Amino acid sequence: MTRASMSRKYERRATIAPENRIATSAMIASLAAEGYDTEPAPFGHALVELANERPEIVGLTADLAKYTDLHIFAEAMPDRFYQMGMAEQVMISAAAGLAREGFVPFATTYAVFASRRAYDFIAMAIAEENLPVKICCALPGLTTGYGPSHQATEDLAIFRGLPNMTIIDPCDAVDIRQSVRAMADHDGPVYSRLLRGKVPAVLTRYKPEYTFELGRAQVIREGKDVLVVSSGFMTMRALDAAEVLAQDGIDVAVLHSPTIKPLDTETILEQAGKGRLLVTAENHTIVGGLGEAVAAVLLRAGVTPTFCQIALPDEFLEAGALPTLHDLYGISVEKVAEQIRSWI
Amino acid sequence: MMKPTSAIGPLSNVSLARRAWNIRRKALLMGEVQGQGYIGQALGVADVLAASYFHALNYRPDDPEWEGRDRFLLSIGHYAIALYAVLMEAGILPEDELETYGMDDSRMPMSGMASYTPGMEITGGSLGHGLGIAVGMAMGLKRKNSSSFVYNLMSDGELGEGSTWEAAMAGAHHKLDNLICLIDFNNQQADGKSTEMLSSEPLEAKWEAFGWHVQRVDGNDMEAVVAALDAARAVAESKPRAIVFDTRMCKGVPFLETREITHFVRVEPDEWSKALAVLEEGTPA
Repeated sequence: MTRASMSRKYERRATIAPENRIATSAMIASLAAEGYDTEPAPFGHALVELANERPEIVGLTADLAKYTDLHIFAEAMPDRFYQMGMAEQVMISAAAGLAREGFVPFATTYAVFASRRAYDFIAMAIAEENLPVKICCALPGLTTGYGPSHQATEDLAIFRGLPNMTIIDPCDAVDIRQSVRAMADHDGPVYSRLLRGKVPAVLTRYKPEYTFELGRAQVIREGKDVLVVSSGFMTMRALDAAEVLAQDGIDVAVLHSPTIKPLDTETILEQAGKGRLLVTAENHTIVGGLGEAVAAVLLRAGVTPTFCQIALPDEFLEAGALPTLHDLYGISVEKVAEQIRSWI
Repeated sequence: MMKPTSAIGPLSNVSLARRAWNIRRKALLMGEVQGQGYIGQALGVADVLAASYFHALNYRPDDPEWEGRDRFLLSIGHYAIALYAVLMEAGILPEDELETYGMDDSRMPMSGMASYTPGMEITGGSLGHGLGIAVGMAMGLKRKNSSSFVYNLMSDGELGEGSTWEAAMAGAHHKLDNLICLIDFNNQQADGKSTEMLSSEPLEAKWEAFGWHVQRVDGNDMEAVVAALDAARAVAESKPRAIVFDTRMCKGVPFLETREITHFVRVEPDEWSKALAVLEEGTPA
């Protein structure tokens, strides 16, 4: 039986010119960030450092230690590490049980599996009881070319609706390293997106004194024409695009908001009230993520700058090479700059 | 009838049969207040709860969060009426709250939640959650070198949830010999008989294949229930333990036992007092 409405991508015409086609990276590849220094496995190393101070910290994974940098912790503290196998539901439930017994579990998997497969368990066993389980997930948004099975394009939308849940979308190695301690200090559940492998150090290049603070958005770059409010690696894209646009005489400010929930409404409103074009930029579907959260904050306060959104489309995305896909969906440096230029 | 062995206070010489009878009576009184309730399940599981709380479990009624307690998890949130009855019988909840069951502002909502009720270890109700949480608590207790057990009471319907079997594998893999899973097999779930919805049989073979010590007994035969709980705690091997209790919905009230049994047993407004009267006739010593 065939249905006209079914998706059949194999029938479409080729969209990428043959000379521009490149190979999909393996899953374990790091996110390419040209021109930045990188740090290896910032999450794993920061967790080991913190766990040395805090005996209550334990780690769990659902067969993805190597792919979430938790293997660093597993190797350093094997007796505090639980390999739960390819079983996300019991990993989350067991993390809840460990939290009930006084431990602070860091549980890792891919963002798709936490948000889609384990949601009911996160909601009822962890969030409803406000237990301090830290769910740290690799492959957020469009950070793999494997297609929708691995692209967590709607994870922020899913978790934003969950009471008690704090949500972090870190930009770089600095955010990731420092947010590990902030997560442990927060007495409640946290969902954090994770960049793994060689992770670029971005924020301190632009603002040497930058430190991650839970619940706080910070201006990383000043600019008088445009305000980009961004999270995750889209802050890196915004900063790079700002350099490009500066050459055209367009002065772009970047407000980095790594905490998606609770959002730093005070800073956002203060910055949005300065009469600049406001652009939100996120590695997430246009539905229910940072952009719509910011829009709601602005409307509720009666602050109405010209508002544009850079986000992934409300679609199941293509498979392919990440640089190709980032261009295709408008989240590469070039495409971010192009879109902002078109809105000026 | 054998006497309880755990010393839990001045009433410890009360027979387990009387405990079970008291639990049934309290559940019926709560049902009468609301005019509804999962009374079929409560009457059926009363013997298992009586044996658990007045024979097997170690706890302190005046300190429900005592670190040394055995943990008793109610995975089946809608059985809350039965757990409230046993928590009152055990002195963990005051009996004068009985008539607030299911009312606004009550500490005893229709579906059991940890944040509402002292002695309710977890929020159940989204079925298939309890055993996984029990796995984590059992791992946590081992980390703390605690000798406490974790008991998870679940229903036969929950055997249909994939998460139950993830947890079953995890329990065996991590050698959780401090974990005891109690399965109330009343062969009834929302849409009909469990065996006709998604059959979990052969059930003992399944648990055994998953690496568990397993027993299956008549859950309304107090001596068999007590013996199974004793045997489960005494297993020498480093493996988790399961007990399948075959129980009869509405046990103890014959005119309800013979009624067409459904997930939510219909009881007419005038039948609550009639059921209580029938129960009174069979009051044990």
